[in-house]
Amino acid sequence: MSTAAFIQLIYLGSASLFIFGLKCMSSPRSARLGMLLAAGGMAAAMAGTVLDPRITNFGWIAVGVLAGTALGAYIAIVTPMTHMPQRTALSHAFGALAAALVGVAHHIDHGPTMSVITRSALTFEVLLGCLTVTGSLLAFGKLQGWIKGSPLVYQGQNVITFALLGVMTVLMLYCIVEPNAQWAFYLMALLALAFGITLVAPIGAADMPVVIALLNSYAGLAASATGFALENNILIIAGALDGASGLILAFLMSKAMNRPLMNVIFGRIEVGTAASDEEVYGGKVRSTTGEELALLLADAQRVVVVPGYGMAVSQAQHAVRDLFLLLEKRGATVEFAIHPVAGRMPGHMNVLLAEADIPYERMIEMDAINPTFETVDVAIVIGANDVVNPDARSADSPIAGMPILDVDKARMVVVVKRSMSPGFAGIPNPLFANENSLMYFADAQAGILEVVRELKAI
Amino acid sequence: MTPIETQTVYGMYVFLLAAIIGYYVIHKVPPLLHTPLMAATNAISAICVVGALMVTGASESPATTIIGTIAIASAVTNVVGGFLITDRMLKMFNNRKKGGK
Repeated sequence: MSTAAFIQLIYLGSASLFIFGLKCMSSPRSARLGMLLAAGGMAAAMAGTVLDPRITNFGWIAVGVLAGTALGAYIAIVTPMTHMPQRTALSHAFGALAAALVGVAHHIDHGPTMSVITRSALTFEVLLGCLTVTGSLLAFGKLQGWIKGSPLVYQGQNVITFALLGVMTVLMLYCIVEPNAQWAFYLMALLALAFGITLVAPIGAADMPVVIALLNSYAGLAASATGFALENNILIIAGALDGASGLILAFLMSKAMNRPLMNVIFGRIEVGTAASDEEVYGGKVRSTTGEELALLLADAQRVVVVPGYGMAVSQAQHAVRDLFLLLEKRGATVEFAIHPVAGRMPGHMNVLLAEADIPYERMIEMDAINPTFETVDVAIVIGANDVVNPDARSADSPIAGMPILDVDKARMVVVVKRSMSPGFAGIPNPLFANENSLMYFADAQAGILEVVRELKAI
Repeated sequence: MTPIETQTVYGMYVFLLAAIIGYYVIHKVPPLLHTPLMAATNAISAICVVGALMVTGASESPATTIIGTIAIASAVTNVVGGFLITDRMLKMFNNRKKGGK
């Protein structure tokens, strides 16, 4: 068997391991083993590639692998679970950068002699890679708090976005038919970098679950395009898997906000018909204390906790775990209601709760827990707002139709929140003024710990 | 068809089938694991490292050597970081099952 055929067989094995590994992700029990297999597939693919007789430059390969291993291991070890969205955005940037650079290097070495098909794939790869790099970096900056998280909106923004897209497309086509047009190739790459910024800038931090998923998909498609340019099936397969995954997650997230994907990308929530704070709250808001909440919880049989981004910000997951254990010891049933877009990325809340050793059987999806809220004695909303806003049920609300957690149907609702400030949608939340609602104004972590102390004293 | 055309058409079949498999496999992943899933697919799409290795290993100029080495480093960052962090997360979900603390 020739070396080339042997390498292809290794790739085939790797592809199978990737698919099987992802299949194992269907259950938390098998997921870890699955990922071990996928990692093995990756190691095999890398080792197999180096067998290629055309590869002679081992010194530089070692430099790259060592640098990447050190940086990757460092990021993986130091990133706290609360920073997972940022880490994910940053890793999309790394992935896309790799794809874009492979494209540029290949263009330098073989540009003029490439077939039209190869050049098309390569140009597309560089374009997609470049826009994903800057888009992901901007998303990272917003999530990390280095850049203001609010949407950057300006006059004629969609015109500029589409104009850039148009010019880029023309340049891409020109590069394909005119192999020696170096200027067009690099100008296109530059414009793609700018385009990534215009794409993500108008999107607010709370819409990031959708954006991260989309960028995930772009990074995957860039890898696939690289596969077409280098005539390499393993890249096509792995890229397609990643592309499909990102797209599915993006659709799930935008469905959970009842907004078409295009609306998240190009439009924003139109704030207009929402009632004013005064109309909604007007003296009807009652606040409570940790002591009072402890008394309330002492008698509760069924408690549901609704975590939101506020829990992540305040790192309150361990305090919540203390409360969970204490209540369970007293004989109450405690569950966690997870809205699909709670937090800043898909599954964000689950990871934080799992970090605090809360069993995943207690994390209940929205559709499963909503019909049961009538039997809940106390619902505790921790740092969530829009996802529990009953205003979404009225047709003329800016968030009309967004699926919410029906916490207002619980016998008692306690909202742990630092102030009355609105959520990302920028509208008041009638839940806070309900007669079965109590506001517990506190930092999530400090507030919950206070309740735990009071409860222990009872 | 020229060989490159043939290869590209085969590539499209491969892409189509992989995307379909991806669709069904990913749909089976519960929302519980969506964050680790994203970390995992990110690590898998760092397969670009194969392209980076080819470009760097067979490089014909100093410029492409440097560019390729940076590409290897970026991709390996995702391979190592992605799989490690996925495992870190999945370990947390498994603690209890194994009678942890």
